[in-house]
Amino acid sequence: MLKQTEGSQAVAEAIALCRPEVVCAYPITPQTHIVEGVGALVKAGKIENCEFINVESEFAALSVAIGASAAGARAYTATASQGLLFMGEAVYNAAGLGLPIVMTIGNRAIGAPINIWNDHTDSMSMKDSGWIQLFAETNQEAVDLHIQAFRLAEELSCPVMVCMDGFILTHAYERIDVPSQEEVDAFLPPYDPIQVLDPVEPYSIGAMVGPEAFTEVRYLAHEKQLQALRRIPEIGAVFKDVFGRQSGGLIHSYRTEGAETIAVALGSVNGTIKEVIDGMRDDGAAVGSVSICSFRPFPLDELRAALVGAKHVVVIEKSLAPGLGGIVASNIRMALRETAVPVYTVIAGLGGRPITMNSLREVLEAAGNMRLPDVQFLDLDHGAVEREILRAKQTRRAGPTAENILRNLGHAAVAGND
Amino acid sequence: MNIMQPGPFKAANYKSDVTPVWCPGCGDFHVLLSLTKALAELGAAPENVALVSGIGCSSRIPAYTNCYGFHGVHGRSLALGAGLKVARPDLTVLVMSGDGDGFSIGGNHFLHACRRNIDMTYVVMDNRVYGMTKGQPSPTTEPDWDSALSPGGTGLSPFHPLVIALASGANFVAREFSGDIKGTTRTIVEAVRHPGFSFVEILSPCVTFRPDERAWKTQTHVASVEATDDPARAARRIMTDDGFNTGVLYRGRRKPYEHHVTDRIVDPAILEQEFAI
Ligand SMILES: Cc1ncc(C[n+]2csc(CCOP(=O)(O)OP(=O)(O)O)c2C)c(N)n1
Ligand code: SF4
Repeated sequence: MLKQTEGSQAVAEAIALCRPEVVCAYPITPQTHIVEGVGALVKAGKIENCEFINVESEFAALSVAIGASAAGARAYTATASQGLLFMGEAVYNAAGLGLPIVMTIGNRAIGAPINIWNDHTDSMSMKDSGWIQLFAETNQEAVDLHIQAFRLAEELSCPVMVCMDGFILTHAYERIDVPSQEEVDAFLPPYDPIQVLDPVEPYSIGAMVGPEAFTEVRYLAHEKQLQALRRIPEIGAVFKDVFGRQSGGLIHSYRTEGAETIAVALGSVNGTIKEVIDGMRDDGAAVGSVSICSFRPFPLDELRAALVGAKHVVVIEKSLAPGLGGIVASNIRMALRETAVPVYTVIAGLGGRPITMNSLREVLEAAGNMRLPDVQFLDLDHGAVEREILRAKQTRRAGPTAENILRNLGHAAVAGND
Repeated sequence: MNIMQPGPFKAANYKSDVTPVWCPGCGDFHVLLSLTKALAELGAAPENVALVSGIGCSSRIPAYTNCYGFHGVHGRSLALGAGLKVARPDLTVLVMSGDGDGFSIGGNHFLHACRRNIDMTYVVMDNRVYGMTKGQPSPTTEPDWDSALSPGGTGLSPFHPLVIALASGANFVAREFSGDIKGTTRTIVEAVRHPGFSFVEILSPCVTFRPDERAWKTQTHVASVEATDDPARAARRIMTDDGFNTGVLYRGRRKPYEHHVTDRIVDPAILEQEFAI
């Protein structure tokens, strides 16, 4: 049913439609509205046979989900930012054990310095944990990806993170088609676990594995992701049959025919990028864009096919690997290995800094004119940075960087947030 | 103790020029006032005081003072404070936390900080709710308090911070109400002066998400009995009171953590005596 609603609320309703049996959560901005929405639906009796547990931390939240999933229950949790980091050990554990938990990430920056706004540093910190990572471009896609995520996770027995941009999506009100229970039931079969705690056949989960077999177990985790590469588009096609719309898949290309410069990004910024592309196309520039929906597994072949005809690839990414530059761009270079296509990294939108159409257009034009460095920081205040570097050179006891920069820019340091 | 003799400090000397963003009527305003008054009474120069916090409305407090402040990640304030104090034993260290920061996500550190008995003061502004994330139940929330994250209430027995502090080895245990500025100030002063790990729970209402807590003003009352140094007696008292007694409950005699002594051989008999509850 089409309705005007908040992204978080729509996702909560989508979760309810997937009939989770155990939901556990610890609140953190900007995830809170999602889990509160699920809690309210449990309370209203809208989710049958669902145990909702408000736990003492994120570490507990995912650990409870692991226990529930190991016992054969469909388990769901959600977090963001610091919460995902705090879960870290359990994140790897869930993947290593092959437990098909679905988790929403309301993407938010990581401190220090504390920041509650959107970027992708949180999800990127877990990119190699063995979870499948799907990034939603719109709230409609966020709803649809959750429904697909349970099916994907349970078919492969592999946990799935659905990443949606904090605030930009989680707190945005828009028209969203929330499907009916019948549609979801037709698409998502009841969970049939590959491992359950069965009293008839007791066994233990979580064996110690030495050098003799560790590589093989890890290889199988990799192989599972490769299977997901095949299943994600197939599940997207089945989804289209049932729900009548295209959602998910590995990547989405936009106006890439004959494009010389192609922008690549994850998540909601693709909406802005598309508008920039339209404007530049109107002015005769050969530009296009590619949105990556599945970041793990990473669709090397599809990206190579989509990008190999370009003269410049500009990766707009909301996370930074200090000492390297761009994480997504490094992955894209792997897709374009042994080609001559230059890949530029543009670090943008960190800690919620707006990514404006003007700035995007500038970098795309600069790339077309071969004027873009390998790593560029969108709208960086070079003056502020240089003053701080100079100050730090002149004074050994330079003090805390964050406070200095704020003072330098004329802002009072604020006491932390969420 | 590294507290100077009462100096020329006034409460205002400890306030920074950052304006608190707490809701009007939040109990934490009173805690800030009592804290600055207590520091003035202790005569500790602002630069000799370190306030360490985690995340939450309550944890914003260090920024509102002129002391050293450390605003850490959610739940780790006690461990941070411990590190700070062992590195700089000359500083007066107060860890300032909330019931979510201190008892949920950081609950584990609470037990071990009490055990370790490092000479610092732990102040928890307990409003029985997560204020900053807008109203979810904490471990001290009543079992029938309804919220979206605890549909129909948690149904769980609330965590009893004072009993846990006592059982885990805290050397000084007290409860105050934020609105009682005199009592809170006096207790913070005493907590800082008492050797070892001091724990002060301050009932500090969250007027926004727990408007019912405004009633604490009349519900809280100064305990009619003196503090004890007998943990068994303190435990009995606190297990049977109505939860609103204020004042110092327990002054222990455990030896504080010794700096620069890595291999402490503890006589089990002494331990038994200390924990004879
Ligand atoms: C690892 C992590 N999880 C969750 C959060 C979100 N969060 C911020 S403050 C808070 C609870 C604060 O409650 P409390 O300590 O009682 O402080 P109050 O705001 O009530 O003063 C939570 C859950 C976070 N910052 N970090
Ligand atoms: S939300 Fe509650 S705890 Fe936070 S500032 Fe407001 S009244 Fe105080």
